[in-house]
Amino acid sequence: MTFQTHTGNRGLVIEEKLIFEMGEPGRSGVDLPDPAPVKSRLGGLARDENSEIGLPGLSEPQVVRHFTRLSQKNFGIDSGFFPLGSCTMKHNPRLNEKVARLPGIADLHPMQPESTVQGALELIDQCAHWLLVLTGMPAIAMSPAAGAQGELCGMMAIRAALDARGENRRRVLVPESAHGTNPATAAACGFTVDSIPATEDGRVDLAAFEAKLGDDVAGIMLTNPNTCGLFERDVRKIADLVHAAGGYFYCDGANFNAIVGRVRPADLGIDAMHINLHKTFSTPHGGGGPGSGPVVFSDALAPFAPIPYVVKTEDGFHLVETAEEKDGKKPFGRLKGFHGQMGMFVRALSYMKSHGADGLRQASGDAVLNANYLLARLKTKLSVAFPGYCMHEALFDDDFLKGTGVSTLDLAKAIIDEGFHPMTMYFPLVVHGALLIEPTETETRESIDQFCDAVLSLVAKAEAGDSEFFKNAPYLTPRRRLDETAAARKPILRWSPSNA
Amino acid sequence: MRYLPLTQADRASMLETIGAGSVDELYCDVPEGALLKEPVDLPHHQGEMQVERDMAKLAAKNMGTASAPSFLGAGAYRHHIPATVDYIIQRGEFLTAYTPYQPEIAQGTLQYLFEFQTQVASITDMDVANASMWDGATSCAEAVLMACRATRRKKAVLSGGLHPHYREVTETYCQYSDTQVAGRDGHPEHQATADELDDLIDDQTACVVVQYPDVFGRLSDHTKLAEACHAKGALLVVVFTEAVAFGAIKSPGSFGADIVCGEGQSIGNALGYGGPYVGLFATTSKLVRQMPGRLCGETVDQDGKRGFVLTLSTREQHIRREKATSNICTNSGLCSLAFTVHMSLLGEDGYRKLAAINHERAVTTADALDAVDGVEVVNDSFFNEFTVKLAKPAAEVVEALVARGILAGVPLSRLYPNRDDLGQYMLVAATETNTDDDIAALAAALKEVLA
Repeated sequence: MTFQTHTGNRGLVIEEKLIFEMGEPGRSGVDLPDPAPVKSRLGGLARDENSEIGLPGLSEPQVVRHFTRLSQKNFGIDSGFFPLGSCTMKHNPRLNEKVARLPGIADLHPMQPESTVQGALELIDQCAHWLLVLTGMPAIAMSPAAGAQGELCGMMAIRAALDARGENRRRVLVPESAHGTNPATAAACGFTVDSIPATEDGRVDLAAFEAKLGDDVAGIMLTNPNTCGLFERDVRKIADLVHAAGGYFYCDGANFNAIVGRVRPADLGIDAMHINLHKTFSTPHGGGGPGSGPVVFSDALAPFAPIPYVVKTEDGFHLVETAEEKDGKKPFGRLKGFHGQMGMFVRALSYMKSHGADGLRQASGDAVLNANYLLARLKTKLSVAFPGYCMHEALFDDDFLKGTGVSTLDLAKAIIDEGFHPMTMYFPLVVHGALLIEPTETETRESIDQFCDAVLSLVAKAEAGDSEFFKNAPYLTPRRRLDETAAARKPILRWSPSNA
Repeated sequence: MRYLPLTQADRASMLETIGAGSVDELYCDVPEGALLKEPVDLPHHQGEMQVERDMAKLAAKNMGTASAPSFLGAGAYRHHIPATVDYIIQRGEFLTAYTPYQPEIAQGTLQYLFEFQTQVASITDMDVANASMWDGATSCAEAVLMACRATRRKKAVLSGGLHPHYREVTETYCQYSDTQVAGRDGHPEHQATADELDDLIDDQTACVVVQYPDVFGRLSDHTKLAEACHAKGALLVVVFTEAVAFGAIKSPGSFGADIVCGEGQSIGNALGYGGPYVGLFATTSKLVRQMPGRLCGETVDQDGKRGFVLTLSTREQHIRREKATSNICTNSGLCSLAFTVHMSLLGEDGYRKLAAINHERAVTTADALDAVDGVEVVNDSFFNEFTVKLAKPAAEVVEALVARGILAGVPLSRLYPNRDDLGQYMLVAATETNTDDDIAALAAALKEVLA
């Protein structure tokens, strides 16, 4: 479109400067009283009054308008269909936001005496109880900050358990299809990573796995349902084999949403699993966090779980903040300041109570149903990566784009113009040009249909030879394709007067 | 159920499209016997009103800092959060977005991250900052690991003034990577000297970690320590727990620090019983490629317009896998937005003034407590938090004050449960939220309890 405006703004899409380009000295968005004069006790380290920190001055209305305008350049679940595979972008209920802000929760200091936070400790204990029943596991660590830290928690417990056994096992088996955090975590715990290949139907190659087992194997890190959106049907055999070989089974619970209330990971033989509260239990993704990654443990690993943890006794709830050794076993340490992502526990508990045991089971069923429906509709044109039903997400490779000159990325950008957030692209790495689509249970059939109709029509357009259209998409966004190569070659990571 | 839009008719017709007889059939890969036929043993669904009631009951069993004079600090600080902050972070476009993998429809998130990085770099006086870590303690641990990568050395020296949680988390992160953690125990009455760590720095030392202000509230100039580190090829890591402080005190960057990291909760984020918070992480341009976490950078789009993208991601786990600089993926996005909005409201004048008020409140509190028999302020210097020595065990005093409706300070025995020599010390923090009445009430209650 050639329509030009004087301002460069286009209707609701406003060209918004950086705050550093719009401030004026002397302006402020807060009214603070002048402090009473006191003798400074800063020990001679007072900041020079004349040296600028470099923070712009804005009034409150400027700040509100600035961030409101920025928000309008963003796509969230509230904006539309967001089928970002492996991220479980489900509806984030506002009730959970409300209860997280209740007085007596939001204003609690983490170092208050136990006697003043009995409700908070009970809340953590309740949240833990729900997660334990849903997983069928005997123990839980609530403190990990996000999924990746949950992995660290699980793998450190495994390392501590091996140390307690006096065994120097250092090899961890990780499927090629795993999230990047799995190998990164294993490495951070001093393990070496040994990749397990996948079979042609997208699961762990059992024979290859068995061949890799040995007395130097610490364990396996396996995502189940896996990153291809499939249930590992040999999961019990894998558990038995790794246990027989003296190793442990770490399950990446990123995809727990597919099985909540229907399959208990304990019944599959796992030793540890993190749960992303920001995926399965609907705490908001917040543009990249915060998350929360509690880890459930088997009896074998429970004594090594980190501090702090909540215990219930006759005289109330206690927070155990020191690592005491018992029978030669001891918590592996502390992972995070204070006690974990309390704000996320509140939201997750509110979500679980809202759904209840019946609703959670319905939610996982609907998530799997929606994904299979989407799979059934799209496989008429798109190439399915692996045969059979999927779990909560459908995976395609880019075979269907062969010869069109259109890539997965190009298609994703065209999907943006259709008003959807694209699927996850190029992950898992085991599938060429992967498109991983996770609708979640909170989408209507109508929105899935609309998405499928749009994708199918785009595929028809690609097949018709209009690759130029795709190469230049998106057209209708606040910014067109961005030059990521230039950004990395000469990084500009902050505003400064010289690069303005 | 109100969050689930599918009707029974939807489900039936969708199954038909799929060609499956039931939802259970879709779970055909689940091993025999593992597929539950009934809901697990937990309560069934509840309406919004019932859930809210349940949660409010739990909340009501606590004594919040908003309902009592509170002087708690030790790494988390109560500050006034402008109403604008909570409004902005609850906008669905921010709240319900995710990591900006598709920059064309995530310029809102990316631009505020760029502004956040600039604000963090400005207040610490460093070249660059990342797009956030989980909290101050994990930032500290990641800084040590980063220093080890950058120097190719395996020893970290931690100052005795470092918050015990930060020390413990750092030790946890280092314990399985052959990184040696050395250091000294701190004591609030043994003033750290500029050269107290010098003898621990050798040619195997990757970094020295100091906290500023330290965990006991004291302020030290670390310029000489930076020089001592650099003379041995080591890096200086300066950690902080109170981000408001840099409005009043010299910046860590001015000491010559190589990495500055800490807790950003104080700006824009509620206490929330300890999380989620936001780790701030800044360094020099030279070290940027060793940084953990996400980075947002400026670029242009195909029409030549300025825009923002995630950049230098070849450091990160989704590309480098086991060779990544960190395993961090999801960070503290929304908490960094809260920080950015609050900091934007404050601006240069507001930030400095807020810091000045905090110092004034702490000085006033210290003077009031010093006048109480049985209380001795042990700090020579402090910003908004200081240590007092009490005539009775601090944990007991704190409990006695709870009975009087006051949340006094944090007893050092809570932070150092194995240190018998610290039983009578208490940390006291004062911020702009503490009124003269609060201070008078604290002093009066202490007088009573210590009499």
